[in-house]
Amino acid sequence: MELNIVWFVLIAVLYIGFFVLEGFDFGVGILLPFLGKNDTERRAIINTIGPFWDGNEVWLLTAGGATFAAFPHWYATLFSGFYLPLFLLLMALILRGVAFEFRSKDDHPLWRSTWDWIIFGGSLAASLLLGVAFSNLVKGVPIDANMQYVGGFFNLLNPYALLGGVVAVLVFTLHGAIFLSLRTSGDLLDKARQAANRLWLPTVAVSLVFVVSTYFATDILTHLGVNPGPIPVLTTVALLLSGWFARRKHEGWAFAMTALAIAATFISVFMILYPRVMISSLNPAWSLTIDNASSSPYTLQVMTIVAVLLVPVILLYQGWTYWVFRKRIENKPEGLTY
Amino acid sequence: MEPLILARLQFAITTVYHFFFVPLTLGLSVLVALMETLYVRTGSEAYKRMTKFWGKLFAINFAMGVVTGIVQEFQFGMNWSEYSRFVGDIFGAPLAIEALLAFFLESVFLGVWIFGWDRLSKGLHVTAIWLVALASNVSALWILIANSFMQQPVGYELLPEGGVVMKDFPALIFNPNIWYQFPHTVMAGFTTAAFFVMGISAYHLRRKNETEIFQRSFQLAATVGAITSVLLAMNGHSQAQHMVQTQPMKMATAEALWETADPASFSLFTIGDMQERRDVWSFRIPRVLSLLAYNQISGEVKGINDLQAEYEAKYGPGDYVPPAIIPYWTFRIMVGAGFALVALAIYALFLVMGELLQQRPIPLKLYTLAIALPYLANTSGWLLTEVGRFPWAVFGLVKLDDAVSPNVSAGMLWVSLIGYVIVYGVLIFATVYLLAKYAKAGVGAVSPETLREEKEQVPSLAGVNG
Repeated sequence: MELNIVWFVLIAVLYIGFFVLEGFDFGVGILLPFLGKNDTERRAIINTIGPFWDGNEVWLLTAGGATFAAFPHWYATLFSGFYLPLFLLLMALILRGVAFEFRSKDDHPLWRSTWDWIIFGGSLAASLLLGVAFSNLVKGVPIDANMQYVGGFFNLLNPYALLGGVVAVLVFTLHGAIFLSLRTSGDLLDKARQAANRLWLPTVAVSLVFVVSTYFATDILTHLGVNPGPIPVLTTVALLLSGWFARRKHEGWAFAMTALAIAATFISVFMILYPRVMISSLNPAWSLTIDNASSSPYTLQVMTIVAVLLVPVILLYQGWTYWVFRKRIENKPEGLTY
Repeated sequence: MEPLILARLQFAITTVYHFFFVPLTLGLSVLVALMETLYVRTGSEAYKRMTKFWGKLFAINFAMGVVTGIVQEFQFGMNWSEYSRFVGDIFGAPLAIEALLAFFLESVFLGVWIFGWDRLSKGLHVTAIWLVALASNVSALWILIANSFMQQPVGYELLPEGGVVMKDFPALIFNPNIWYQFPHTVMAGFTTAAFFVMGISAYHLRRKNETEIFQRSFQLAATVGAITSVLLAMNGHSQAQHMVQTQPMKMATAEALWETADPASFSLFTIGDMQERRDVWSFRIPRVLSLLAYNQISGEVKGINDLQAEYEAKYGPGDYVPPAIIPYWTFRIMVGAGFALVALAIYALFLVMGELLQQRPIPLKLYTLAIALPYLANTSGWLLTEVGRFPWAVFGLVKLDDAVSPNVSAGMLWVSLIGYVIVYGVLIFATVYLLAKYAKAGVGAVSPETLREEKEQVPSLAGVNG
């Protein structure tokens, strides 16, 4: 197999891993002000993702680095083209990341509530922006013959992309609610379950609209890349099942289903894209592909060896941390790590 | 202002800011790991409390380093897309390797370390902080491999259609420049951490708080600092000699040496005229620059005017002279601060060995103030390294003019620049506030919950951890 295909798949895997993992910690962040009614509850909610969120975020950094290394033109066109959304994403990630570390370091109520709202706002904004960005990726954006993005900021705020942003927010929030119902106890557990149940139907409905509009907004039907077949439908089915499991208090299965829904969504995204990495809405010939955007075979070889050696080790130790911190968080101040 | 200037300003601000936090992470991770190792080995509660106290400060600083690092990785694509296209085949690789090899390791195991005090055995827990320390320093290695390519490109081939491709990966990672730059950065990190620990310990020793713990902290830091600051200075000397060979213009501007000279004199203080490229007033010590450059009292050091002519002949017309005022003064600030650090670190060791710490209140105050010195030196060092490379993004290969994103307008750059300045400005206040608060609160206070308990005079710390 050609190495640029390998790297396309690996980058897809990195993004899928990022969204499945960071998706739930975004969701937990969004739910923080709604479920945490006092300081102990909010600390308990944050502690469900405390040991994990930073490691989850590295999947995005690695996806960015891998894109730079394997497809420099993709990295250059995407990052300079989606300039303002990416800038806002950086702001959201910076403030949110600092907030997790800083919020408990002072007990002034204003200090804490400020950081808690930043966690909420940062998680919400990041989910929305990433949803908008990826919807634009599959829809196609104005790229000229020199691989330069020539649309403005508002070009990215089309209805389809905005809908994608809303879907991302809803799905991650549901994913986060179910994660919370796996990791909390007592009152918080009840509230998390309730939140998941309430979110479920609206999420299914909006994402169904999004899946249907994908058939109109993108070239999924005419494009001769890889046909994702029934995978987009799997997204909806998995979301439906997640609610069914959640109602029966099978949280593990429910979580597996939201994870599957997110994975299926991004598998579809990358299948629609392939072999393109950025679709030009101006002229199909101006799209960036895994061939015209890629690094040299030598660089790809070097990077493949590195990835083959390191990725399994990373999966092992990151997986291990989820096992170490598998115990439910007790909603009591004396048992919480601050 | 034109986009190029704004993009450079943004890079300077975000990079300098990021590097406020990085050196402390590099060194303090190792110091905290050493403390916890002592705890595991001896079982002494004092070492455990030491670990938690310094670990708390470490975590606050680490968070800032991590989040500001994301900007660094994205910025190449956002503001310097043509650079990314031109050198992506080479430059992307170390960045991706840095993420795979180091970012995962440090982020995952810091989470394990902070939240794992009760969940893990002592041995596993101390392993977690050692992995964080290792990963932070490995991260520095890979980003410096990338930076070394910009200082001294190796292992590449220039394509006829533009752009460079990687030809020799081992050559890239064994870039001669990395042998100077990596130890210099790591030693600077250790020295920064040593002075951070000495300065805060001195604050408490002066007030006779927890003298046992802060004496041990000071002792450990003084030992590390004395070794690393001396190595740092020696390495800096070698690095400057390497610079004379590979980037003579950087040295010429750092010395305000307008004309080639043999033997060359060392400028102690120069006020120069940048337009006319001449001294307005200068005090120079004969032969010393040759001595520094070659370890002998003669030897030709090239001057700015000759290098400009040489580069014009080689690379075509253009301005090849960095804004000398920045390399010149940052070089002096860095070296001056460096000598002060060496002196202070050795004196600290003398105080420790003579068991004189408690009897010297004035030096103790001095050490608290000296926390700022490494920061001054670190920032100056990077400004010298990066500004002194002007006009090149990659020396001899890509100029800054050809590196900037063509489709990013001045307006967009203004928006992001102002955004960074505001957010970074607010965050530095929050960070310094927290660091100062926990540093002053002393060993007992590992969280606001314990602070409150202390106020209410509940002596037990049971059940509150982290």
